[in-house]
Amino acid sequence: MRKLLFQSLFRQPLTEQAPRPDDAALAELAAMVGRTARRRLGRSLSIREVDAGSCNGCELEIHALSNPYYDVERFGIRFVASPRHADVLLVTGPVTKNMREALERTYRATPDPKWVVAAGDCARDGGCFAGSYAVVGGVSAVIPVDLHIPGCPPSPIAILRGLVSLLEAVDSGVAAR
Amino acid sequence: MPRLIDLIRAGHRIERHHPWPRAVVDGDTWRTTAHAFADGGLSLLGLWGEPSRVHMAVLDERTSDIGVISLDCPDRQFPSVAAHHPPALRLERTLHDLFGLQAMGIPDSRPWLDHGRWQTRFPLGERLDASVDAAPYQFLSAEGDSLHQIAVGPVHAGIIEPGHFRFTASGETVVRLEQRLGYTHKGVEGLMAGSTIEQAARLAGRVSGDSTVAYGLAFAQAVEAAQRIAVPPRALLLRALMAELERLANHLGDIGAICNDASFALMQAHCAVLRESVLRAADAAFGHRLMRDLVVPGGVARDIAGDGADAIRAALDQIRRHFPALVELYDNTASLQDRTVSTGIVAPTLARQFAAGGYVGRASGRDHDARRKPGYLPYDGLRFEVPVLSDGDVNARVWIRIREVEQSLALAYQILIGLEAGPVQVPLHNAAEPCEGMALVEGFRGDILAWLRLNGDRIERCHLRDPSWFQWPLLEAAIEGNIVADFPLCNKSFNCSYSGQDL
Repeated sequence: MRKLLFQSLFRQPLTEQAPRPDDAALAELAAMVGRTARRRLGRSLSIREVDAGSCNGCELEIHALSNPYYDVERFGIRFVASPRHADVLLVTGPVTKNMREALERTYRATPDPKWVVAAGDCARDGGCFAGSYAVVGGVSAVIPVDLHIPGCPPSPIAILRGLVSLLEAVDSGVAAR
Repeated sequence: MPRLIDLIRAGHRIERHHPWPRAVVDGDTWRTTAHAFADGGLSLLGLWGEPSRVHMAVLDERTSDIGVISLDCPDRQFPSVAAHHPPALRLERTLHDLFGLQAMGIPDSRPWLDHGRWQTRFPLGERLDASVDAAPYQFLSAEGDSLHQIAVGPVHAGIIEPGHFRFTASGETVVRLEQRLGYTHKGVEGLMAGSTIEQAARLAGRVSGDSTVAYGLAFAQAVEAAQRIAVPPRALLLRALMAELERLANHLGDIGAICNDASFALMQAHCAVLRESVLRAADAAFGHRLMRDLVVPGGVARDIAGDGADAIRAALDQIRRHFPALVELYDNTASLQDRTVSTGIVAPTLARQFAAGGYVGRASGRDHDARRKPGYLPYDGLRFEVPVLSDGDVNARVWIRIREVEQSLALAYQILIGLEAGPVQVPLHNAAEPCEGMALVEGFRGDILAWLRLNGDRIERCHLRDPSWFQWPLLEAAIEGNIVADFPLCNKSFNCSYSGQDL
């Protein structure tokens, strides 16, 4: 373990290597999230993720936001364990009828001001599950949504970009719910 | 003890069902089969329904034969298999929820996927309108001094899927865990019925997002079996390449996440880097990080990009360079081993009884891998080993994953070397008569069963059985006698799919 830790001390952080244009875009995006989040919400933005019936594809990419390449925590964006600690609900999946009440209760448990981000094509309108006897539809059919992030699943970059758009909208005076 | 072949012969053999036989049997043969599961000679691979018919897929453990036994039940009743063989229980409860088919003699008749919120009952059978009735679910009881209950979910603390866990604990020790699932039930089989093959393939790829390649492959193989189509060699290799990349990415993610649940974040960080390198290579080679919608009936939707093989080779090289140090780190960190060794043990007898696939089965002595048995192309021409351990604890499930990472690396290299130019897709037929096909495909989590009946270019009925069906119940057994604080660790070491079992 000592060797691994030792190497980590001297190796360039993965986040700052910019061999491909993708990584350059990420760095630019990252700085923007950092500035805006700080201005609006002090130093932090707390996100509670809610799977309202997804296939777990979106969860994989949301997880990736915390890996050393994207490392959202360096901007003060954190995933929290309870809706009571959250500023933002990040909701995935078509909302299933079996999850509807749980989603409503999670929303009610989140203190104001709060924002809701719906991630993934299913969260917009139910995606390819729309019309099923077991599906309500998109997230906005159950709780008010401030932003949709498209993709099946959206890439970690797309999710970061989405969070920036939200922060900018918030900054320009869109009231929270 | 009856052999599968005898049971099939005892029934009326159905033509146009491939590649394994299906026979319609009488109630007695159905019951004989249920008893044979209990004796251990046969394993249950799946149990699913149609409005007035039930099917079960059976594996003969001695001969490795696979077949489907069907029973017509015009009065919507059939003899319960679960009465003799507990692994069938949740499947039979589901049969009642979706079709209104009643298993006679079932030891537990509570609903499973139906939470009373669909406004309809028996959505795939003879539908009945129903008011929303969210009556409290009756959890099983545990009695004794100073027992208390802990209710967890459906919304959990982490970024994971929804499900409810009801613990009964004595102090810190778990006395009983009961799962309640079904929260992510999306009605996939209902949506598939009557859809085109193309639409159904998209749905199949979204049953469990982490296994999107494996599901795509299982569905495609079932369609190809039904239509008796041979897929071009290049497409077979590209499919296997994607499947091994998917296995690599998931195992790497899991190894890190299991260690993270034992508060060893260093491993999580390093494994996540390797996982990300696989996803980026997949994106470069196939245009999608999770390789979704790329395996399609008839072949693959697109060929590998010009520089795709190089991107994949670079990712494989990176893993080959860095992974051994991580294995050593896992092996030599006593505080981590202290958490994983002898935690959450699944007894080999249980793994065998439930025919548990994947790392859950292989960590508990069940030597089954669908790439070997029944086996499918192109794996017969590739060299790989199937690791098996018998300790059955969290540690063994980690080690199986470690060994499988090494095997998948070797497989991916072999595939890249063997990749020759050629077509990657053949057109489907438009068969005049209905035909049926099935497939068993090894996803990272275990064997995925796909069964379908085609009518022209439409799906008449399709059933997809996730490996989690036979793994979730074992988690209930594994946690018994462990402390509550070890549950996340045990749960992550299983990493069952909620969406895959809820369907």
